[in-house]
This record gives sequence, C-alpha cells and structure tokens, in this order.
Amino acid sequence: MAEVKRVKRTCELENKRINSLRELNDFKEEIREERVGNQKRAGVRITTAMGSCGIAVGAQEILEAISDELTTRGLEDISIHNTGCIGLCEQEPLVKIKIEDQPAVFYGNLTPELAREVVKNHIVDNQIIASC
Amino acid sequence: MRNCGHIDPENIKDYITRDGYQALGTVVTELKPIEVIEIIEQSGLRGRGGAGFPTGLKWKFTHQAAGKEKYVVANADEGEPGTSKDRLIMEGDPHSLLEAMAIAGYAIGANTGYIYIRGEYQLAIKRLKIAIAQAKEMGLLGENLFDSGFNFEIKIREGAGAYVCGEETALLKSIEGERGEPQVKPPYPTNEGLWGQPTLINNVETLANIAVIIREGAEWFNEIGTEGCPGTKVFTLSGDVENEGIIELPMGTPLRRIIEGFGGGMVDDKEFKVAQSGGSSGGCMPKELLDTPMDYDSLAEIGMTLGSGALLVMDETHCIVDIAKCLMQFFKHESCGKCVPCREGNKRLYNRLDKISKGEGELEDLERLRDLADTMSKTALCGLGQMAPTSIYTTLKYFKDEYLTHIEDNNCTTGSCRGLVDLEVQDKRGGKDYGNNN
Repeated sequence: MAEVKRVKRTCELENKRINSLRELNDFKEEIREERVGNQKRAGVRITTAMGSCGIAVGAQEILEAISDELTTRGLEDISIHNTGCIGLCEQEPLVKIKIEDQPAVFYGNLTPELAREVVKNHIVDNQIIASC
Repeated sequence: MRNCGHIDPENIKDYITRDGYQALGTVVTELKPIEVIEIIEQSGLRGRGGAGFPTGLKWKFTHQAAGKEKYVVANADEGEPGTSKDRLIMEGDPHSLLEAMAIAGYAIGANTGYIYIRGEYQLAIKRLKIAIAQAKEMGLLGENLFDSGFNFEIKIREGAGAYVCGEETALLKSIEGERGEPQVKPPYPTNEGLWGQPTLINNVETLANIAVIIREGAEWFNEIGTEGCPGTKVFTLSGDVENEGIIELPMGTPLRRIIEGFGGGMVDDKEFKVAQSGGSSGGCMPKELLDTPMDYDSLAEIGMTLGSGALLVMDETHCIVDIAKCLMQFFKHESCGKCVPCREGNKRLYNRLDKISKGEGELEDLERLRDLADTMSKTALCGLGQMAPTSIYTTLKYFKDEYLTHIEDNNCTTGSCRGLVDLEVQDKRGGKDYGNNN
C-alpha cells in the first residue's frame, strides 16, 4: 500500500515574533499563500467539528474512522482539519467536505460506518450522499 | 462567532489569516486609550452577559477610576442553565477573547487579565491555555506588544461549580480565594474590584465583539440589530424544537423566527406553549408573545429578559406549575445563603408551589407568591435573589388559569404533577405494565 502523505496542518511557530502591524500583515500573507498552495495540492479538505458537543457524541471516533478509511484506500491528497462547534449541536457528529471548485457539503449525525461511506461515495466517487 | 467553524482553535495561524490581532496592533500603535473607549461607546455595544449595560461606559468608568493597578476580568462562568454560547466561543475561537482582553487592558490601563471560567469547561480551558501559550510565543501577549511598550498577561482561574459566582462581585471574591459570595454595591467593581482595585468585568460574548468593532468600525456595528441594541446576539436554543443548537442573529429578531427558522419548529408538530428566555432567571413567554423582537429593550418593556440568550422552548405537554417549581428548586439549591430574602424566599416559593402541585393549594397562595416575589426582587442582595422570581411573575401573568385549575379543580391537565393524577392499572400494552403511581 502506498504511503499516505496527508497534509496535516501544524502550528510550528519557529520562534516567530511579531513586532509591528506590518510584520503581522506580512506573516498573514505568508500563511495565506502557503495555505492556498497546500489546498491546491490537496484538492480535498475534510473538517471535523470538535467542540465538546461533537466529541461527546463521537467526533473523535468519526475522525479515526475517516483517517483509517483514507489510509486503507491509499488516498494521499487529503487535507484534514479540526474546528470547534459550529452551533448545529443537534447534528453532531458533523463533518464538512470541501472538494476544490465544488460547494462545501456538511454531513451530520454521522456514525463511523456512515463516515466511511462518505469517504467512499463523496471523496472517491464524487457522489454526494443526500441523506445519512 | 464569525470564526467558529472556520478555524482550528488550536492554531494561532488560522486566527491570524482571518485578521486576528490586527485590532490589537492598531489599538496599541495608533490609538490613545480614550479613543478606543470612544469607538466602543459609539458602537452602542451592550453587555451580553444579561444586564445589557453599555460596554463603553463601563470601560470609561474603569479608565477614569484611580488605582495603583487595574484588572480586566472575563466572566466565563457560564452557569445559566441552557446556555453554552461562551463555551462555543472559547472552544472555537479562543484568540478572539484574548485579543479583546488585551485591547480592554490597553484602554483602561491594566496589564493583567483573568479569565474566570467554570471548571466543567475543560476543553475550553485546554484550548485557552494553548492559545495563551501560542500568543505569548509570538509576542502577541506578554511584554512590549507590537513594540509599543504595552504589557499584558492573561491568567486562567477555574470556578468550582457555584451558580452565584457568575455574579460579578462573587466572582471577584472567588478569584481572590475567598468564599464566592456577592458584595454590597456600591462600590462597583469599576472602582473597587479585584483586591480593591478598579476592575473591568465583561462577559465572553461581549468581548468577542471588540476586535471586529475596532476593525470594521462603530458605524458598521450600528447597522446590525436595533437602534437601542446594535449588533448580534448569540442564542442557545434548546427544548422541544427540532434543531437544538447555538445561533447568532441580529438583535431584535422575533422569537417566532428563531423557533421556526433555525429551530425547525416544534418536535412532532406539538403545540408551542412557553419559551423561557434568558435562563432560569428569565421570564416565561406565552405564544401571544411569539412575535416579540428579541432585544434588551423590547423584552424589558413586557417584563421579560434577554439574559444570557438561553431559549428553552416547551410544548403543550409541560405544566406551568411544575416548571415554576423546578426553577425554584434550582434557586433554592443555588442561593448562597448570605441574604435572608434570597435564602428564605426561594425556599418559601418552592414550598408553596409544591403545595399547589399536590392539590393542597389555596387561592391565597397566589397572592403570597406575588408578595414574596415583590419582597425578593426589591430586597435581595444580588441579581440571583432579585431575578429568581421572574418566572413566578410571568407565569402568574400569562398562565394564571393553569394555577387556578390546580387549586380549584385539583387538576393538572398535562399530568406532570403526580400528586394530582389518578392512574389506574390496565391490561398489559406493548409488553409493559402501566402501574399505579402510588
């Protein structure tokens, strides 16, 4: 199986210190450019809502199921992110899938099995699952 | 909530890409403290913790107060049942709170900030600690911010579960390591707060508005919401609605739109009965008030409160007496016991409601409830005791018939008050025995 090289965003600050507004703006542009480059390379971006409401109903397990499914399928160009609660607590666990040049799709009330189906149908076959 | 769902809260770079720390940089390098306060005053921002006090005015009072040291305190002791907006902000966008606290520190002349957060919010605490460490590493908190000579550090203090510690003077006592009991006001914390020094206390949601107001301007903020209450409000919607969750809407959005729009209507198409606005100390709104604009002024006019933005929606199956009794049980438990009106008042309100719920009520009890509510709201030491009877006032006003049914007919139409319900043993149905409640 091919080695998976997914883009996992890190927060290495490398002793970067901001001393002025200009430095802050330069740093912002630097990160933005890096992000745009990463996004183009990745093509697919998966964001899991990891607020305490999401985690309480299994967001961690969803994330693990998605990671495992991607590894099993040898999918490399995937960018994985975490975020906080987006307010739709009733729909947790919740995952957003964004494929380059396509609208973002939210999947709610996921189970690990459904999350694997989302990887297969939406990411591999590019078929949005209308109802989970 | 502008960044919630868009950024990784554990990565400061995400916050920076969404213009994070721009406002702080602008403030400390280009504006005088009084100019910052003027912007906040002009924006019309009012405290989002519940009282709706003008934020700019509070900043100005603390700025003007004399003291050898001043402090900024973020009230993150979100203990109001049914409210989790501050949790969402701190878990999803912690840097917005840190940046605002540093701006507030510069404006009032403080170099230290405390986040007083409820101990149950462990994930928020973890993310705030990560955010503080990252901001310090980048020189966005700590010493000589943006080479301006301004220093600001932030410390976290965890609460231990007392509802009353959300009250600002009790909160300050708790930070000082003393028993969390409210103090007599005045003096107000703006003059004599933490360790007797001028202290600015703002709610998390209030602070989360600061950086964006500085960046976008007071006029931009004025255009959102109503004239008297500009900006947005974050509501925590829960209860018998299809979609429970947290939503940020312009101030003045009618209750009906919140319930039917975001909430998706009532569960199982049941009839809406009541919505409690503002948490346990909030009023109970009947269906004839569904079109009320949800802002501080509109609700105050009809004896209701916006409070923390909690909205607990209940359908026709809930009994008003039972709801009021449940709320008084909560306040009976949470009263700190320092002042008599609250300590004894909540107990007596509960006992009388309990009596009514058991079919032992008399018409005189309704007058007694109202008298006691009046005494508490006028004489209790702090907001807890003053506001505890709000549900009594509002339910007696809008649902008096239901109290009368309990008292005169010994009947609870919803079947919630077990003492008033006769159950008979019937044949087995669905494999279950339906037993007598006795």
